[in-house]
Amino acid sequence: MKKIDIIKSPFNKSNPITVQVLGICSCLAVTAQLKPAVVMAISVTVVVALSNLIISLLRNTIPPRIRIIVQLVVVSALVILVNQVLMAFVYDVSKQLSVYVGLIITNCIVMGRLEAFAMSNKPLDSLLDGLGNGLGYGIILVILGFVRELFGNGTLWGYPVFEKLGLYNIGYENNGFVIMAPMALILVGIIIWIQRSRNKDLCEKC
Amino acid sequence: MEYFNIFVKSIFIDNMIFAFFLGMCSYLAVSKTVKTSLGLGVAVTFVLLITVPVNFLLDKYILQPGALAWVSPSLADVDLSFLSLILFIAVIAAIVQMVEMIVEKFSPSLYNALGIFLPLIAVNCAVLGGSLFMQQRGYANIGEATCFALGSGSGWLLAIVGIAAIREKLRYSAIPPALKGVGITFIITGLMGIAFMSFMGIKL
Repeated sequence: MKKIDIIKSPFNKSNPITVQVLGICSCLAVTAQLKPAVVMAISVTVVVALSNLIISLLRNTIPPRIRIIVQLVVVSALVILVNQVLMAFVYDVSKQLSVYVGLIITNCIVMGRLEAFAMSNKPLDSLLDGLGNGLGYGIILVILGFVRELFGNGTLWGYPVFEKLGLYNIGYENNGFVIMAPMALILVGIIIWIQRSRNKDLCEKC
Repeated sequence: MEYFNIFVKSIFIDNMIFAFFLGMCSYLAVSKTVKTSLGLGVAVTFVLLITVPVNFLLDKYILQPGALAWVSPSLADVDLSFLSLILFIAVIAAIVQMVEMIVEKFSPSLYNALGIFLPLIAVNCAVLGGSLFMQQRGYANIGEATCFALGSGSGWLLAIVGIAAIREKLRYSAIPPALKGVGITFIITGLMGIAFMSFMGIKL
């Protein structure tokens, strides 16, 4: 596979969320607003890319029987670093993300890419694969965060868009339901629907 | 009474799936038939019930700021809470491994029933999430932490068995081809979540 394909394919035909269905938990929980969604996307990209690189460097020395533990240790060390950085520089966002930063450890994308790619590929390819998958995950997070903050709060990154446009004066109301948990699930369902109707190969045969 | 409150609250109001989306990956992947999802649900509840109290003790006597004072007063200002992620996941992975070996030894029939699911649970976010929420909410004693673990495990079990039952019926309905499989499961989970939101008004 060409290097550019490794980076590009997670955006569409092997997107971690809509096609591989990995890493759903955090994708739904942190997207009520745009800012935490972007911070989360960056954190996950960093963790996936670096853990892919490290595991790929170690792949010939890890005994297969204990590989899960080794992977968990590498990933949790990286997540602790990310968590400390977030607490130091963007404390309010890190409070908002609460347990979900810690849950990057058990984010299925990380473990999934380690098992499926890094254990059997060269370090550079693995780094690119991690980067691609992290960004493919990030793009869905940003779309969800954008839609939910705009229609739920009428703001973007805290900036009151709808108020400036004067929509409230002509009788517009915020749809508070978009911020609630169930709507996140329905929105992901709709994104999957749109993507699969444009790309028929992805449909499930059942 | 306090214990019962925490138990009911963590099943219905703070449901792991519908309120916090924890354990979604296995929830989506393993919910094709009721039988397997019941097995996974029981296994998750079982592991939560063991790991959360153990991590509670670990948090209380080792990790919290000043928790090491029982060793010697000179350690009273040590704060190890930054280590909690790595210790929790290590405890979970070790306990899952131990549970697997013990169940295999003493009850082969249960081992065969849970079989493939047990090792997977180490990386289920609901299990690590249980420990992290336990730490964040600061339960007062080990009894409360245990009730919380049992409740959130049962809530997860309820959710996965419910969606599996619906998906078994869905096989016979006419769904747009692009929405089949994962897409419709997301939307149905959303609708179930709306149903569970009606518990939010209950004051316990």
